[in-house]
Amino acid sequence: MLEIKNLHARIEDKEILKGINLEVKAGEVHAIMGPNGAGKSTLSSVIAGKEDYEISKGGISLSGEDLLELDPTERAHKGVFMSFQYPVEIPGVSVTNFIKTAINETRKANGLENMPAKEMLQKIREKSTLLEIDRKFLSRSLNEGFSGGEKKRNEIFQMAMLEPKLAILDETDSGLDIDALRIVSNGVNKLKSKDNAVIVITHYQRLLDYIKPDFVHVLFDGKIVKTGDASLALELEEKGYDWIKEEVNA
Amino acid sequence: MSKYTEDDLKEELKDKEYEYGFYTDIESETFPIGLNEEIVRAISKKKEEPEWMTEWRLEAFRVWKEMEEPEWANVNYEKPDFQSIAYYSAPKSIDPNKTLDDVDPDLLAMYKKLGISIDEQKRMNNIAMDIVVDSVSVATTFQDTLAEKGIIFCPISEAIQKHPDLVKKYLGTIVPQKDNFYAALNSAVFSDGSFCYIPKGVKCPMELSTYFRINQAGTGQFERTLVIADEGSYVSYLEGCTAPSRDENQLHAAVVELIALDDAEIKYSTVQNWFPGNAEGKGGVYNFVTKRGLCERNAKISWTQVETGSAVTWKYPSCILKGNNSVGEFYSIAVTNNFQQADTGTKMIHLGKNTKSTIISKGISAGKSQNSYRGLVQIGPRATNARNFSQCDSLLMGNECGAHTFPYIEAKNNTAQIEHEATTSKIGEDQIFYCNQRGIDTEKAIALIVNGFSKEVLNKLPMEFAVEAQKLLEISLEGSVG
Repeated sequence: MLEIKNLHARIEDKEILKGINLEVKAGEVHAIMGPNGAGKSTLSSVIAGKEDYEISKGGISLSGEDLLELDPTERAHKGVFMSFQYPVEIPGVSVTNFIKTAINETRKANGLENMPAKEMLQKIREKSTLLEIDRKFLSRSLNEGFSGGEKKRNEIFQMAMLEPKLAILDETDSGLDIDALRIVSNGVNKLKSKDNAVIVITHYQRLLDYIKPDFVHVLFDGKIVKTGDASLALELEEKGYDWIKEEVNA
Repeated sequence: MSKYTEDDLKEELKDKEYEYGFYTDIESETFPIGLNEEIVRAISKKKEEPEWMTEWRLEAFRVWKEMEEPEWANVNYEKPDFQSIAYYSAPKSIDPNKTLDDVDPDLLAMYKKLGISIDEQKRMNNIAMDIVVDSVSVATTFQDTLAEKGIIFCPISEAIQKHPDLVKKYLGTIVPQKDNFYAALNSAVFSDGSFCYIPKGVKCPMELSTYFRINQAGTGQFERTLVIADEGSYVSYLEGCTAPSRDENQLHAAVVELIALDDAEIKYSTVQNWFPGNAEGKGGVYNFVTKRGLCERNAKISWTQVETGSAVTWKYPSCILKGNNSVGEFYSIAVTNNFQQADTGTKMIHLGKNTKSTIISKGISAGKSQNSYRGLVQIGPRATNARNFSQCDSLLMGNECGAHTFPYIEAKNNTAQIEHEATTSKIGEDQIFYCNQRGIDTEKAIALIVNGFSKEVLNKLPMEFAVEAQKLLEISLEGSVG
């Protein structure tokens, strides 16, 4: 589904991604781990199409389509979703209004009519129950005054509503207490199917206790230096990242 | 009067080409350009006004001649040449016995273009329309329903004839002829406008609505509106403006006077969308408006305005809180884009005891525009326990526009409580990217953010207007982000 080939990305003069290769198939869950500054968030931003980065080499395709040719909105319309590490506030725009706009804009781009209000309502009910979101929460201004946990839960709620093909969860576990972590993970697990894929970007193994990855990649200094199965995450948890650094530098 | 005949004029008008916008070729009658006592008399005569009205206009004209155009506002523009404006223009085909079916089809077509087909309005909106094209009211609807309740809603020219006592009693009492330069000009030359009287204890069952537009070449428009809510009555009044776009600056100097007697309430909502000039700052309407209301005991006046149009706006809908326990409110959204300039705000004059006022102002600036809030909160010596809350928020888009706030506070009674809050924010790239990532393109994202920012004020508008206002916000900010 997602194919990243020899991806190099820079911001101003600083090269951050130095040749990433990654293939994610439908139905798979990939975890990308690594120390601070390895380029994890850059990778997710580049897939989503943030314009601050310059792609100097390589490519990204989604189901055979060149993503780099598309702007962030178009990528979203093709089914790319990113859960933000720091979701932004939009005062005066309710969670419901925002998600309704997002869904209908995406439908419009794909040649569909607006979602009927009844269907929308039903979907909101279903997904908010799944994520144990209080109805009152939906009428609040987007992310304004939300706690860290509420912000992340709202991100996953939007993901549930939009049903993306590819979901990238950028440090979704940060700022979550153990209950919220369970709810969010449970939500992600329920949304997984053979037709979509999830990339979990995280610093810690903790989230992976709940969302079981098929593959774990270690990102270090702009490259994927090690790939394994779920056990690799446990090893990292136990030994830290230093041994990776040593291995790479050796 | 000069010897410029009607036919000469018609001929000249025919030759005019319109570069922008559309122009409906309705047979019109326009006075020669320029302003002098003769013209003032002629306008009054044309309207078949009584002598007292003619004198009232002349008085205003004499005062105006001695006045100077104010320069204190934070706007720059080339001053209009008041001697090169035609002060009267009326669509010709008027017959008071006409029904809507008889209305000039061209005119009806124009309404349709503007999305305000009368039929549609009648059928769907439960709104009584007193539509003003240029200077004379052409079609009035729902008169019968209103008449049953004793409500008078008619062109002010008609009110001068049919209800002279009411007009005489209140006209110019809130905005005197010599109040300011533009008010004086309006008093001398106003051609038409609306008059509304709600009798004691009557709640007006529908929103009253007026649409104004400028249609005649080189014709300034000078509406005069007078709304009187008698004791214990209620009325919600909507005023919407659209103007066919054009290439020369047009002057618009309206006066609105509201009188809320004891226990009465007036809600006055405006959507203003005069031609703002093109993207290079050429053309556009000069909108110099004086709006003021008086609250007697326990009365309430609420001004809500959505200002998206005009090249230059100078407008301060105000409340004189004369009666004890009276309430004044001002909710405003002002959008400026490209080269637009707006200097707008309100005055809350607290005279009575326990008077309360609320000011919520939302300024949105884009392009190279300048947007100023100017407001005065004045607490008189006898206004014990007066309270005011003001909130002025500015939203900036891009790096070339400006937002300014000029709050003036004068408190002469030490029991007054005055609060003022102000914020300035900018639409951030991270907000846009976030929306983009969710499939919302940049244009739509801006509309969403702006609507969110303006929500407190949009919520104050009557339903039908709120939808229109939201659309207007989107349209006026189109192309404001590259």
